[in-house]
Amino acid sequence: MQKIRTYLGIEIKYPKTAFFELSSCEGCQLQILNKEATLLNFLDLVEIVNFREVMSNRSNDYEIAFVEGSVTRADEVTQLLEIRQQAKTLVALGSCACFGGVNQLKNRFQNLEWVKKEVYGNHPIETQEVRPLSDFVTVDFSIYGCPVKKEEVEEIVTNLVLGKSIEHPRYPVCMECTANGNICLFNLGEPCLGPVTRAGCDAWCPNNRMGCWGCRGPADDANLRQLQKIMDDHNIPRQAMFDRLECFGGFTSAMKEMDR
Amino acid sequence: MRNAINCDIKIKHLTRVEGHGNIRILIKDGQVKKASWDVVETPRFFEAILVGKQWENAPVLCGRICGICSIGHTLASIRATEKAFGMVPSMQTERLRLLLKHMETLQSHILHLYFLIAPDFLGADSAIELIKTHTEEIQRAARLKLLANDGGDLVGGRRLHPIRTVVGGFTMLPDRRKLATLRQRLYAALPDLNKTADLFGSFTIPDFFRETEFVSLQANGSYPFIGGQLMSSDGVVKEEEDYLAMTNEYMVDHSTSKWSKLSRKSMAVGALARVNNNFTALHPSAREIAGQLGLQPISYNPFMNNFAQLVECVHVVQDSILLIDELLGSDWQESRQQVIPIAGHGTGAVEVPRGILYHWYQFDGDGRITKADCVIPTSQNNGNIHHDIKAMVQELADQGKTDHEIRLLAEMLVRAYDPCISCSVH
Ligand code: SF4
Ligand code: SF4
Ligand code: SF4
Repeated sequence: MQKIRTYLGIEIKYPKTAFFELSSCEGCQLQILNKEATLLNFLDLVEIVNFREVMSNRSNDYEIAFVEGSVTRADEVTQLLEIRQQAKTLVALGSCACFGGVNQLKNRFQNLEWVKKEVYGNHPIETQEVRPLSDFVTVDFSIYGCPVKKEEVEEIVTNLVLGKSIEHPRYPVCMECTANGNICLFNLGEPCLGPVTRAGCDAWCPNNRMGCWGCRGPADDANLRQLQKIMDDHNIPRQAMFDRLECFGGFTSAMKEMDR
Repeated sequence: MRNAINCDIKIKHLTRVEGHGNIRILIKDGQVKKASWDVVETPRFFEAILVGKQWENAPVLCGRICGICSIGHTLASIRATEKAFGMVPSMQTERLRLLLKHMETLQSHILHLYFLIAPDFLGADSAIELIKTHTEEIQRAARLKLLANDGGDLVGGRRLHPIRTVVGGFTMLPDRRKLATLRQRLYAALPDLNKTADLFGSFTIPDFFRETEFVSLQANGSYPFIGGQLMSSDGVVKEEEDYLAMTNEYMVDHSTSKWSKLSRKSMAVGALARVNNNFTALHPSAREIAGQLGLQPISYNPFMNNFAQLVECVHVVQDSILLIDELLGSDWQESRQQVIPIAGHGTGAVEVPRGILYHWYQFDGDGRITKADCVIPTSQNNGNIHHDIKAMVQELADQGKTDHEIRLLAEMLVRAYDPCISCSVH
């Protein structure tokens, strides 16, 4: 791979890139470190100036910011606003950042005080309703998934660096699943959100004989009523469908129109 | 006589650790006024999130407590659920789960040793810097990590947040030919581990000791990772279900993570605790590496935890080879048993890279969770880290060390524990 790009004979600097995490499991960042085979090439593509999990020196001079995790405390709002001010491009990395992720399941309890008490007893603790990044700042690109798929991150980063546009598949996971020749899980009596979830993961879960849990959020034109019908036709308990739909936060608004 | 030192160190969001923690050290006229380890991570309230959820959600959600030890969390979650429902996994399932667990141990320890620890000893800011100066070492680390991650993909369907592991067994079994290839690659990795031992053996680890109590699972024939009795180096032995008597969690003001103690003011869990408590159950070649690194039980030097991790790497690679031989030595049986939920509760104790982890759930008759508790290794270590910093900083102050040296050693001490902070707060 060529290391130095030039334009009209002038050397172009590789974009300074920073990684940040709000409330998360840090799994999406780990996916980037998990790219052993291509990690070294990837590190050649950008100049990483801030990645607390792996390096000590930190710089606040960056162009691309990857932000993992959801917003759950006031200080995280401040941090996010600061990142937005500095970064030319802000990328939401993973479903926590895009939709709130599993963390947002806390929001289904009306009573935040009960939630705090259940975990910390009477010890005072600060928290607020879990929100995705886009509730506070403009997000330039979203990388879906819990966890993100490393091949996809790589492709998106390459396109970002080269200034190409980034498009997510509009179709659902079922398309990828069928192309892979999997046995449909509905035929085995198991629930799957493949018909309504945005593709791009190459049907990761159905490939491993597990129904999709919808971690990448809704595909364009996702039809939840139709999903409900498929579930009913296969005698899948409604609860199993709702558990999956609410798991990562991607379907929160789409679910409002469904009757429980 | 040297001048009594003064220093004021504030480290916000310590780097090269997982999650957010601060170190604060204040020394006046050679006296340590303050030396503390504060966890400031935002809590995610997993124990509350689980309430009302159907049993099959537990492993999916709980794996997301931590990206690095997601396999361990998933397995602890499954074990707690299976025990609550009175299920006993088949021998085949047990072997596959242990093999998957070994892949996590290997990948996590290698990541920690090469990417988070080695830069301190080699005078670099990060492993990224080492790519240029220590190419061979970094390539070796990448090879070992890739092997572990490929093994995780093969058995669990995904290296982090595994897909195939479910209550009752596995959704799918690994391809037998690929298992045989994995065995070959594991075998071929042994020289890489020997070279890793040579590298780490060449580092001089700080000479610091503080007696403490080590807590882990207790060996029952083999070096323990999944379930069984709980033990401490002070002689406490408890059943898995009595885990609360081992953890005694309490809250402190300056931290969002809970703390633990047992017979003393603090306790330690993790690779060093396991190696100290179960040394004789290690694979002979792992014990040999321990000898080479000067690690003899019982060691009270917290920096030895790094060497203990390396010893465990050798153990898990050797044990994985044996497990694959056993798996390939018999035909595949049914991969998954049927799950019939009953009301009750269960505990799953699993040794994750950073120490013993417990999940406890209570279910109603429909298999819905009514209460949950997760006790994470790093929260059990927080008290120990705190008291170690205090003791070490006083020693360093007495020796008249500089600000810079104290700062670096305090950072290295915390890193040696491989704290997993976001996990400890969850
Ligand atoms: S999206 Fe999933 S893998 Fe990524 S940080 Fe959130 S919980 Fe972890
Ligand atoms: S298994 Fe799921 S993703 Fe695959 S075809 Fe069936 S519904 Fe679609
Ligand atoms: S199959 Fe569904 S749940 Fe699995 S990774 Fe893809 S989108 Fe996420």
